[in-house]
Amino acid sequence: MARLARIELTADEIEHYTGHLGRVLEHARELDDLDLADVPPLAHPYPLRNVFRDDVAGSPVDRDEVLSQAPAASDGQFEVPPVLGDPS
Amino acid sequence: MKGASLIAHDVRTGARRATDVLQDFLSRVEAHDGDVHAFNTVTAEQARAAAAAIDAAVDEGRDPGLLAGVPVAFKDNLCTRGVATTCSSRMLEGWQPPYDATVVQAMTAAGAVMIGKTNLDEFAMGSSTEHSAFGPTRNPYDLTRVPGGSSGGSAAAVAAGFAPLALGSDTGGSIRQPASLCGIVGIKPTYGRVSRYGLVAFASSFDQIGPFATDVADAALALGVISGHDPADSTSIPAAVPDYTSALDRGVEGLRVGIVSELAVASAEGQAARARSGGCHPAAGTSWGDGGNTPSGYDISAEAAWLRDGFDPEVVERLYGAADALAAAGATVDHVSVPAVAYGLTAYYLIAPAEASSNLARYDGTRYGLRVEGADVTEMNRLTRRAGFGDEVKARIMLGTFALSAGYYDAYYGKAQRVRMLTRRDFDAAYADFDVLLSPTSPCVAFRFGERADPMTMYRCDTCTIPSNLSGDPAMSVPFGTGAEGLPVGVQVMAPALGEETMLTVAAALERAAPPLSKPLLAGVAGSTGAQT
Repeated sequence: MARLARIELTADEIEHYTGHLGRVLEHARELDDLDLADVPPLAHPYPLRNVFRDDVAGSPVDRDEVLSQAPAASDGQFEVPPVLGDPS
Repeated sequence: MKGASLIAHDVRTGARRATDVLQDFLSRVEAHDGDVHAFNTVTAEQARAAAAAIDAAVDEGRDPGLLAGVPVAFKDNLCTRGVATTCSSRMLEGWQPPYDATVVQAMTAAGAVMIGKTNLDEFAMGSSTEHSAFGPTRNPYDLTRVPGGSSGGSAAAVAAGFAPLALGSDTGGSIRQPASLCGIVGIKPTYGRVSRYGLVAFASSFDQIGPFATDVADAALALGVISGHDPADSTSIPAAVPDYTSALDRGVEGLRVGIVSELAVASAEGQAARARSGGCHPAAGTSWGDGGNTPSGYDISAEAAWLRDGFDPEVVERLYGAADALAAAGATVDHVSVPAVAYGLTAYYLIAPAEASSNLARYDGTRYGLRVEGADVTEMNRLTRRAGFGDEVKARIMLGTFALSAGYYDAYYGKAQRVRMLTRRDFDAAYADFDVLLSPTSPCVAFRFGERADPMTMYRCDTCTIPSNLSGDPAMSVPFGTGAEGLPVGVQVMAPALGEETMLTVAAALERAAPPLSKPLLAGVAGSTGAQT
């Protein structure tokens, strides 16, 4: 899970979180008692559908202001370490 | 009139200057926030300029707005342009949003003056404000106890008299529970009633912004200011905003009030203690039946047993006191069963982490806040997230990742969503017979730091508040007397979607009948003046 969530953990931390998550999932088992076959899932509490707005240009957030808050940026873009290949 | 309503009235009529009002509150913050730690940031300079602009508007005969000169504190997960918005996380330390949240714009446009950004459990995940990367907030009623959470800073700020109004966010009870523990009013509006644009997302299908205030009238006033459709939030409801303050004096004659049976049972331990001391179980003296209404037909007795463990007997007693008061004021009161609330906590602690794991994927060291360098982008992501997130946030992200993962999706996330539908149906059935529902807000009064270190014990704080987040319906907490050690107790009033007016009518009636609550005694308060208007 830590790998999927991209969180680096030590062996001790893995043990700690395994216990924590285990306690919660133990309680989750009580849902097994319910017969939910005929109950559809509810993802969103309020039935809004097909939300449209007029196709008019608004004022966008300023690019330089956004980039000024990034850890690294250059040439008007976010900068990250190499994604592919050997880092050099 | 008092609190924010009185300040706005006085500033609008020229009886008081916004700059003087602000100074009174800033002095109080300066004197006492070292003890309380309600604020992550106090925006004194910006506030002085804003207050001066309000005074100028009054001088020039322009309308300074409904909330003219009223200092307001914003939870530090609401974006404020150019002002640090940290979510009480190392991940966003120092980050300055490039835009204001819609609610921040609305409050400012109405003449309110931002006084600062308030502390919270990191990314709003918690019920005590102990999980802040910048240290806990303390309850103004007892500095050895928590203010509740996750909007503990906003609640403590209002309770301590640092600001007459504050905004928070409520995903599983994060406005109502701290309001209850701090002896003030807190509202979670209908999902979609208030725009979430500019609220840093935790669990998007639950998150809702709402006000904290010292009384129902102020809360209603603020709710009216922040409510309404916003094209920037696609879940925003396009419905007209009523004048909420006009609902306050309608009276409860003829209203049908249902006490949620599952949430009205004191712990066996507590009942036994009462019996020994000559008291009686609060429900024993009432003449109300059990309602006989079990909409989804589930037997809650076994499943709900663990859920009842934490209910303080005093809290249940105050609930029945509130019900008595409403009956005396002309309402019809009865019990009603809402069986699915017994499963709400479990469903919530699968769905909310699932949504959080997705929402918090954006903190990867690329676009904002913290970055820890790594050899490649994946290592940079992993090291950044290790350093930036606290313990509870990591746990919930991994729990959510698990609940959504292939092979477990149907068993956990899918099942929880079906329980969410059950909750919706049970509430619909209850609201067919009742105008509002009542329960405690919190199973207990403010607890001591470290007392609920076990995650499930902490999660149980949200037992009474989570159901309304699952259904999306509005709910609020109103102070109604005190419990153990003289600490504040709140009663929760719940209403069907967009039923805020009826909810406020009932809350105002409760407020009129509520036993008096003393103000928090902070050191040196006797010498301070002005703030407690």
